[in-house]
Amino acid sequence: MAERCAVVGVGQTLLRSKRDDVSIPGLVREAAKAALADAGVGWDDIDAVVIGKAPDMFEGTMMPELSLAPALGAVGKPMFRVHTAGSVGGSTALVAAHLVAAGIHERVLTVAYEKQSDSDAMWALSVPQPFSAPLLAGAGGYFAPHIRAYMRRSGAPEHIGRIVAVKDRLNALKNPYAHLHLPDIDLKMVEESVMLWDPLRYLEACPSSDGAAAMVLASEGALGSPAFPPAWVHGMAMRSEPTMFAGRDQVSPRAGRECVADVFGQAGVTRPREQIDVAEVYVPFSWYEPMWLENLGFAEPGEGWKLTESGATAMDGDIPWNCSGGVLSSNPIGASGMLRFLEAAMQVRGQAGEHQIDGARLALGHAYGGGSQFFAMWVVGAAKP
Amino acid sequence: MSAPARRPVAVVSFAQARNVRREASRNEVELLMPVVSEVFAAIGASKDDMGFICSGSTDYLVGGPFSFVTALDAVGVWPPRAESHVEMDGAFALYEAWVLMQEGAIDAALVYSFGRSSPGDVTEILALQLDPYVTAPLWPSPVALAALQAQALIDAGEATEEELAEVAARNRSAARANPNAQVVSDASPEELLADEYVVAPLRRHALPPITDGAAAIVLAAGEKAREWRERPAWITGIDHRIETHALGCRDLTRSPSTALAAERAGLFEGPPVDLAEVHAPFAHQELIVRRALELGDAVTVNPSGGALAANPVMSAGLIRIGEAAARIWAAESERAVAHATSGPCLQQNLVCVLDASDGAVVGGGA
Amino acid sequence: MSGAEAGTQPVTVLETPIHLDYVFTPGIAQSIFLRGLARGVFLGQRCPTCGKVYIPSRGSCPVDGVATDEVVELPDTGIVTTYCVVNVPFAGQAVEIPYTCAQVLLDGANISFMGLIQEVPADQVRMGMRVEAVWVPPDELGPSLASVKYFRPTGEPDALYESYEEYL
Ligand SMILES: [Zn+2]
Repeated sequence: MAERCAVVGVGQTLLRSKRDDVSIPGLVREAAKAALADAGVGWDDIDAVVIGKAPDMFEGTMMPELSLAPALGAVGKPMFRVHTAGSVGGSTALVAAHLVAAGIHERVLTVAYEKQSDSDAMWALSVPQPFSAPLLAGAGGYFAPHIRAYMRRSGAPEHIGRIVAVKDRLNALKNPYAHLHLPDIDLKMVEESVMLWDPLRYLEACPSSDGAAAMVLASEGALGSPAFPPAWVHGMAMRSEPTMFAGRDQVSPRAGRECVADVFGQAGVTRPREQIDVAEVYVPFSWYEPMWLENLGFAEPGEGWKLTESGATAMDGDIPWNCSGGVLSSNPIGASGMLRFLEAAMQVRGQAGEHQIDGARLALGHAYGGGSQFFAMWVVGAAKP
Repeated sequence: MSAPARRPVAVVSFAQARNVRREASRNEVELLMPVVSEVFAAIGASKDDMGFICSGSTDYLVGGPFSFVTALDAVGVWPPRAESHVEMDGAFALYEAWVLMQEGAIDAALVYSFGRSSPGDVTEILALQLDPYVTAPLWPSPVALAALQAQALIDAGEATEEELAEVAARNRSAARANPNAQVVSDASPEELLADEYVVAPLRRHALPPITDGAAAIVLAAGEKAREWRERPAWITGIDHRIETHALGCRDLTRSPSTALAAERAGLFEGPPVDLAEVHAPFAHQELIVRRALELGDAVTVNPSGGALAANPVMSAGLIRIGEAAARIWAAESERAVAHATSGPCLQQNLVCVLDASDGAVVGGGA
Repeated sequence: MSGAEAGTQPVTVLETPIHLDYVFTPGIAQSIFLRGLARGVFLGQRCPTCGKVYIPSRGSCPVDGVATDEVVELPDTGIVTTYCVVNVPFAGQAVEIPYTCAQVLLDGANISFMGLIQEVPADQVRMGMRVEAVWVPPDELGPSLASVKYFRPTGEPDALYESYEEYL
């Protein structure tokens, strides 16, 4: 019963530590207008707007979609707000895609953003809870113990994280939108950066960014004449599991494994390393690349780090991951997931510029959030499914 | 306008927590858990039957980020489930579930929401919904904004203070029959008019109570719906629309977004509804919504007592859908409309048309 | 800058202080845990469906979605399943950096919780290390995790990796 759905327009803002040149409406409009221009459509051609962002406390505004409605041309239209923690950028895109796939709308604008510099995200994440002792220090403190568990489980040597940190930052040099541009980055620089949450060093963690991402999704009958060919949605899936429970595998969560099995099943992918040409995967801390390589079935359990070490995930490798520089180079939290989905679409549309993988036909976009418990993924392709 | 045929999806189960001024002992998980188990038990279903789960809530009511994350523990999402969350009223979570079910792969979905207005000062908190640059810094209370709207209505000659009192009296007296209601009263409109103004022209009775609550609904498609409920409440159309945020750019006496959503949901096609559950936190807003929905005098409005009897923010809209569906199950209604609102002065509105027959499934979007 | 010139400059920063007070409701299950801490004991709760012991319980077994209503007293001892060393200063930090923040799995529990490790240099903390709780003096005990001063090594041999692997 589902209709075909395609990405016909993408837009993103410059991702920077502080975008004080624009307001929040200005920021989301910057991305939205770019996506409309890329799709070759105007505001009137949009049937509905689906917006996502991470916790409202990041900017100190409650349900900001209400005040953003006019800036996004949503007046008189359906406006929908998604929040699924760090995976929100991905799940927002999926809600928009479902509106098209279900035949509800022909053309949907989806937007995700974060303007972290407007407030103190670290504070928002660490709102003191009564009766508890404040021990954590942001997301890194949460994820570092799981990284240690992965290292123990896989026997991965400690330099693997540094390889990812360097690779993604070198990729970011080819992406003008990326927040971090570190031309001098090398393994030594990462190794010498300050240890934040042992075993995680400063340069192995994502930055804090302002930025927005937007896409125009269209049904087969409403593709219009976009600047680049459409990126067809071949599969989409969301999975969630509880934050903590007895016996939970926090290194390779089952929700991630089942989500990718679902999305690959829909897209007919049985040998991901061969069939997927390029992947944009949510890697906010370096070690999550080998961890997700295993979780997503690109490598056998315990073998992901060997793939990273071999250079397979570099731009000239056989399965390039995060050619855009990924979350390690830009992290406007609420938009980070959508940027993965959007970059995957850019690759199969052939519009990724310097970080384009030649001839990319099938790409994976991935986002995760919460305590590695919320997953959103899609597979997009150059060919009509 | 001809809308494409939609897959018949029905509301088949509904449960809510007893609405109270302050839930002092239970946390969100403990508040939701019995509601979720009740919504399943009522139809002999379990979480394992659900192809999708969607919830609606907002962090600012709770006072901490990611409040929906722990709330999920009330369901037991293991093995992992397709699941999503909206920072909106649960009625919009229901909309998302309905959309996914249209694609045909999912036959049943759980929708839930929770909202506790008691932990903080809800009038301060709701001010943070306003434009953060020019309006929120003034910290206008939602009551003051609603009063602006009520005054505009009165000045336009479309309502009187007596009519506001009549709306309040009727809702709170109807609430006598609702075991989950928080505020019930047999006071006459005349008696209510003796109330003091909170913000003129709104007297105490025209305001919603502050409520802690939670609700859950099960949606099912086709045969699954008939298996679980003898007389399912079929969603024949559902749509939502938003207006501009700038109050000065709106005609506050009208709700064009409600009217448009109603039209797109097919409310004005087919036989008229006999029952409406409208989400009007302030008494005068019921008058505005009634007009936008073109409800005649024969329509029973808010037999549950509506948001004037209990207003758990983020759940009150979902509860309207559940209450309307329950009347269809009970054969007290053939065709009903449920309405949910969000934002200051009815900025965003959702309309859901429910029918005892699945023959009239049309609307939504396009 | 003259007043007229200033009038043409865009406003780039607007400060809106937001202060909101909330009443926190830990809930029935967490209150049991917190009252245990006030007595200097760890109280976990068992799921009637799967039999797993949660500490602290937020009220439900996240797997089964049912109330964990059987209270189980747990010992002060357990193991470090995994940990990190925090070097990041942040507002409200209770301990001087660097410090070791560990997932502690109490003996008899089926879930670990976060605890501070002290009386051992950070570089000597290990996965599988046996630890015990050090409580604040009795007159300082209260319904808060602050009642647990920290965990320290017991000196017993480390637990085998296989014995706690499923808790990672
Ligand atoms: Zn259990």
